[in-house]
Amino acid sequence: MNSAAQTVEVDRQTMDVDIVCAGFGPATGGFLTTLTQAWSQNPADPAFESKVAPGMPLQVLCYERADDLAAGVSGVVTRAEGIRTSFPALDPAEVPMAAPIRQERVFYLLDPIGASRRSLTLRMGDFFLGLGKTLWVKDSAFELPWTPVFLHKHGGLVLSIGQFNQWVGSQLMASGLVQIWPGTPVSGPIFPEDPGGTKRAVAGLRLADQGVDKHGIPAEGYMPGMNVRAQLTVVGDGPVGAVGQRLDERFGLPAGHARREWALGMKFVIELPEDTALEAGTVWHTFGFPEPEIFGFLYVHPERLVSAGIFVPSWMGDPGRTVYRYLQHYIQHPLLWQHLKGGALRSWGAKSLEESGKHGEPFLAGDGFARIGEGSGSTNLLTGSGVDEAWTTGAQLGEAVLELLRAGKPFTQQNLSETYEKRRRASWVERGAREAENARNGFYGGFVRGLLGMGLAGLTGGRLSLAAHIPPAPKQIRRFGAYGKAGLKLREAAALAVADGRPLHDALMTARGWPEIPFDGRLLVTQQDALLMGGKVQAMPGFADHVLFLDRNRCIQCREKTCIAMCSGQALTLGDDGAPAFEREKCVHCGACLWNCAQSPDGERSNIEFVAGSGGLHSAEN
Amino acid sequence: MANVLHIVVCAGMAPDPLQTLEPTTGPNGPGIKNEMVLPAVLDPWAASALYEAASLAAKNPGSKVWLVSLGPKAKLQQVMMTVAQKVGFELVPVDGPIGGFPDAHATAAALADAIEAIPGLDRARLLVFGGWESATRGAGVTLQLVGERLGIVDQFQGVDQITLREDGSFEVLERVEGGKHQVSVCAGAPAVLGWATGNLPEPRNNPQVGMANMRTIMPALQKAKSVALEANGLKYVAVNLPRQQRETRVEKNLSAEEIAREIVEWIEKDNR
Repeated sequence: MNSAAQTVEVDRQTMDVDIVCAGFGPATGGFLTTLTQAWSQNPADPAFESKVAPGMPLQVLCYERADDLAAGVSGVVTRAEGIRTSFPALDPAEVPMAAPIRQERVFYLLDPIGASRRSLTLRMGDFFLGLGKTLWVKDSAFELPWTPVFLHKHGGLVLSIGQFNQWVGSQLMASGLVQIWPGTPVSGPIFPEDPGGTKRAVAGLRLADQGVDKHGIPAEGYMPGMNVRAQLTVVGDGPVGAVGQRLDERFGLPAGHARREWALGMKFVIELPEDTALEAGTVWHTFGFPEPEIFGFLYVHPERLVSAGIFVPSWMGDPGRTVYRYLQHYIQHPLLWQHLKGGALRSWGAKSLEESGKHGEPFLAGDGFARIGEGSGSTNLLTGSGVDEAWTTGAQLGEAVLELLRAGKPFTQQNLSETYEKRRRASWVERGAREAENARNGFYGGFVRGLLGMGLAGLTGGRLSLAAHIPPAPKQIRRFGAYGKAGLKLREAAALAVADGRPLHDALMTARGWPEIPFDGRLLVTQQDALLMGGKVQAMPGFADHVLFLDRNRCIQCREKTCIAMCSGQALTLGDDGAPAFEREKCVHCGACLWNCAQSPDGERSNIEFVAGSGGLHSAEN
Repeated sequence: MANVLHIVVCAGMAPDPLQTLEPTTGPNGPGIKNEMVLPAVLDPWAASALYEAASLAAKNPGSKVWLVSLGPKAKLQQVMMTVAQKVGFELVPVDGPIGGFPDAHATAAALADAIEAIPGLDRARLLVFGGWESATRGAGVTLQLVGERLGIVDQFQGVDQITLREDGSFEVLERVEGGKHQVSVCAGAPAVLGWATGNLPEPRNNPQVGMANMRTIMPALQKAKSVALEANGLKYVAVNLPRQQRETRVEKNLSAEEIAREIVEWIEKDNR
């Protein structure tokens, strides 16, 4: 197995640097930007002299798994307060696909098909809305008369994170202070020798082995992953990053914290028809369709490009979480389709969102390491905002590091707590996270209750919220019913899947009444075509599989196989032995399999391990 | 005894072929929309030449590899982050424009000037490598013109292999019609070799190689000489992207013969 093979002791090269970062996203961008801006103002500042290479500037390295800095996976709408603090003169025109927000609207989408699973309460609500068909319902959508203030992104930006990453990365490297190496997955942290096992400390990063077979066994061209030892290790590898996961395993989470809430975001970037009426900077938030639990969005970029996508949360208990099929139905909703029809698929991508927020915040610092960004629990669940928060936590760490460098203090847990953690606790990121902490609790009691809870928390600044018991992610997946109507649908789907070779969960949606997708080869394409046309998914040879099944017997016995339904790239399919089979060349590294597993070996964690791997999306327009 | 070689690899950049490429016509003629913001890669043919050069240099201690590349500094820098971890080289950047279809004569002149200006370059040990083809707007003559400007008369194209001999001469395999190779023996450097795919796999990313390269790459980029490529009156009437098609469907009951027949029909559609 990969993780076992990587622990085999071999002769590894070692390199010493001052600061090493895992992952290049908005958080690391904020950190490195803060560092390089200060260095550029005064390169002669002795604080910037390297400890490992005296006489040289600080040796700062960043390793990124994706094959290019632009191979991000998300289009976002953001208030961009933290980003503008770093770039006060930011002109959105400098960043491709960026546009100032001009219009924000919120729509409740009715189900024009009649296939979505709506509760009685919701059906009654839909009925009453339907009575005013011509008055307040248009295109099967009801527009909220006002946008809740907590959803507003006034003064913000619509961004492509791929393009934004590239823009930030080129400026960072032009500074000459930092090196950012894409195509280099990090297998995990290096822990210093600690006989007592009590220290919360990190001594650097170990890069992934190359020249190995799918099981991690050395093969032709074997090159053991290098040990990069550093005085400070910055962990910004996102919610499913290998380094963050290993830290959580080793140190645990603070008392009362757990990572149980997730969502998968999947979206298309679409080139709109030439006569489109949508203006750049238009932002729509939607809810209610294709299932009540699925929230959606539409952001308009310059040059007739639009991002349209959905979020499928872990609290959608149904095991048939076929996100790609849902996304295709979503864009065909009359409200959206009137604008998207005739468009062409430009890009496609998916990513897991860590939605525990404060509930899932890890230890932010230890001896020689600090955690920033989404993996550090910075996402605001109420405002649905993560990029600006991630950027700001990185910038806060940058300021803290500058303070420690100038004071000649080491990167100890205490020093990082007194500088980085202190800044973070006193900032708007923390205030927002506190307000949002329990905002989504209500969804564990149903969709309508969830909306009420969100509104309550949003309108009272988090002072009031609904209580909830949030079960571990594996327990949130309902079991397929074996009997009754549900059982019949499942058997109908199985027959359909056997008849034409389609995946079971896709067939289940058809059996549940969702119409077949009318493929047009331009926008409505198969999931396999989306991998190539949109995501441009590829993987370098010579790396091990990064999705591992801990106990295959559990997988074989699993009826739900939600990991297969949820797999964004169809990299997981049903193997001959009844367990999922993994093809890493098709994996987009969204990490959905990690939390879409109904078979927990210990009641909390998944039966799937998601470790360091190479490849993924290559589109720069996400 | 090993030969000490000075190998100069001429390598252009190409928009990452995985991106959505859209032709457009700008004030300077045909080009690719938003090329400056598309991720770029080292031209794959020239990349083969670079890996062959590094392998040859490793087998002949004392040899050295330079990579001469023309493009905007920011783009060069981005591409170097994906190339510099693979093999050791010294970058000779030429800060010039990207996009459109530059005149091959103007490009060759800029490259030849950059090569001649490399300090310590020994012409008696000089092998100029490059790609036989290009993944983007290859004129098919740039490398030959570089050789002509440098006064190098021994030129080989479509090279898949070079074997050095002890006396300094070398044997070259060039691709010819019919899937065969033409075997030539050259008395020695200087020579120009336009590489086909070669025989080497893409090297693994080695962080130490990357660190070593960056010590010279960053200063070189900061000092890169700017050039403007003259159009020399060249005009392109029209350009087209290669036609891309993809059709997918699931078939469970077709025989191999039927599938093969359909594929042949599909391919032949373009020729009708």
